[in-house]
Amino acid sequence: MTTRDFRSCREIRDEIRSGKTSAVSVMEDTLERIRTLNPEINAFRETFDDEAMAEARKIDERLARGEDPGPLTGVPVGIKDNIATTEGTTTCGSKMLDGYRSPYEATVVTRLREAGAIPVGRTNCDEFAMGSSTETCVHGPVRNPWNTKCVPGGSSGGSSAAVAAGLVPATLGSDTGGSIRQPAALCGCVGLKPSYGRVSRYGLVAFGSSLDQIGPLTRTVEDAAIMLEAICGVDDRDSTSAPEPAAEIELGGVFPKGLRVGIPRQYREPGANEPAVEREVDRAIALLRDAGAEIIDIDLPLTETGISTYYVIAPAEASSNLARYDGIRYGHRSNEPSGSVDELYARSRSEGFGPEVQRRIMLGTYVLSSGYYDAYYQRALKVRRLIKNEFDRAFEHCDVLLGPTAPSTAFELGAKPDPVAMYLCDIYTVNNNMAGICGISIPSRTETEEDGLPIGLHLQAQAFNEKMLLETAGALETLVGFECSSIDK
Amino acid sequence: MTGPKKNQLSIQEVEKVAKLARLKLNQDQLELYSGQLSSILEHIAELEKLEIKDVEPMAHPIPLNNRLDDDIPGDPMPVEALLRNAPEVVDSFISVPKVLGGES
Repeated sequence: MTTRDFRSCREIRDEIRSGKTSAVSVMEDTLERIRTLNPEINAFRETFDDEAMAEARKIDERLARGEDPGPLTGVPVGIKDNIATTEGTTTCGSKMLDGYRSPYEATVVTRLREAGAIPVGRTNCDEFAMGSSTETCVHGPVRNPWNTKCVPGGSSGGSSAAVAAGLVPATLGSDTGGSIRQPAALCGCVGLKPSYGRVSRYGLVAFGSSLDQIGPLTRTVEDAAIMLEAICGVDDRDSTSAPEPAAEIELGGVFPKGLRVGIPRQYREPGANEPAVEREVDRAIALLRDAGAEIIDIDLPLTETGISTYYVIAPAEASSNLARYDGIRYGHRSNEPSGSVDELYARSRSEGFGPEVQRRIMLGTYVLSSGYYDAYYQRALKVRRLIKNEFDRAFEHCDVLLGPTAPSTAFELGAKPDPVAMYLCDIYTVNNNMAGICGISIPSRTETEEDGLPIGLHLQAQAFNEKMLLETAGALETLVGFECSSIDK
Repeated sequence: MTGPKKNQLSIQEVEKVAKLARLKLNQDQLELYSGQLSSILEHIAELEKLEIKDVEPMAHPIPLNNRLDDDIPGDPMPVEALLRNAPEVVDSFISVPKVLGGES
């Protein structure tokens, strides 16, 4: 019987390097596990069987020659369906890109290979990464491995479910307003959203270009650090990638000395979060205080306003980015007879895009249209500045911010038919993207509870201070004591 | 002048936006989106309450500077790889409906 594998990237790498196992054996097991366990959750849309096995053989050959393939030697990694690979198809969970075979691969994928990792397949996501439940995916919804009646969160729901279900030790996701951190929270894994500019976006299908970042989903903070080190750094192909040196994170369970943890009052408003979420955040605060951290009250009055600001800026950028899908050079083209190119555009786009994508394109078009630009878009950009200023002031008083990643645990499929209700899932995560700072969700859970679904503890730090973020997250992870394998208990 | 209610999108306005966005919607979709977009705009209206005078708009989280490359030709992507995703190809060209002159 095929069982889940909860080994970390580091463990798999060490076992392959030491000869205890081989990259080929790891890859065979991984592909078999996905074949057996994936149908129940639909985390993977396709696997790159032949290419992945060929890469695994190459890794073993290199090891036999005495070479070191890198810090992710032989580690199978799942790739979100909006990050270009030359293997398989890159569909963004959309009919618009059904069958699209990318002529190039994303920088992050190239860098994973250079670190010894092997792309194993494609994880499902909300259509064009627009959603918080992975229900807008045209390839069917992804299910939460903790409770298959529930959603895995989104938009990187396939990436989080694949890690939580023990299919692969790590995946790549993308985060425009919480799309790595929220699914990590709902599935009980670690989700890291790096600072804007830390990771190249070349080959990431653009949604909100001033907000998008690629990051890893893993089972441990250490693995998140290893993955980040592999994919980060300046890239000639993305002019917004920052020349900042790698974070050089040292994780050893050492508690950051003199750590000041800020707790934003607005993340804990009475009745705003489910009791399970409140309980775990309380527990995390107590653990940090007992370990010697200074707990500081922080005021972030624009927390709630963030959703409104985000739902002007992100759709505005999306409407512009998605204008490229015209049914001409690639993507879905309508078979209906069209008398003009303009009609062909409109028919192709209406057939190719699902309702959530259409909604956001229209919202973005509206807020950018003549007569409304100042009232909506320009105003939102000003509020965005205020949000950034608010974070800057907070970080004068503390090193990291702590709160819940999402106000609730995983909800059932179909539970949020109202778009605004779905958007509010990201209330604690969107402001991070607008300010360009870094954030991570680490899992916690009360095992005595009836449903016992995991929750996410959200840590945030200043832009390019991933070192502080990950070292704190590593320390908190040890204190919290969450085990991914408890999914089987 | 009696216009539509503030932050409410009428069917006609949704139709106009859809045209700008190059989307072709049927009556049911127009009605659905009119309601949904209106409720989103209603939520967004809270931004009007904030004092934003003299605030510098922030379009991007980091300062954007032009980064200039040396003018060295690289390898182009192979034409076959680029054309294999095109919906309709004639020889090495992408086929489209007539662009100029309207209906033929």
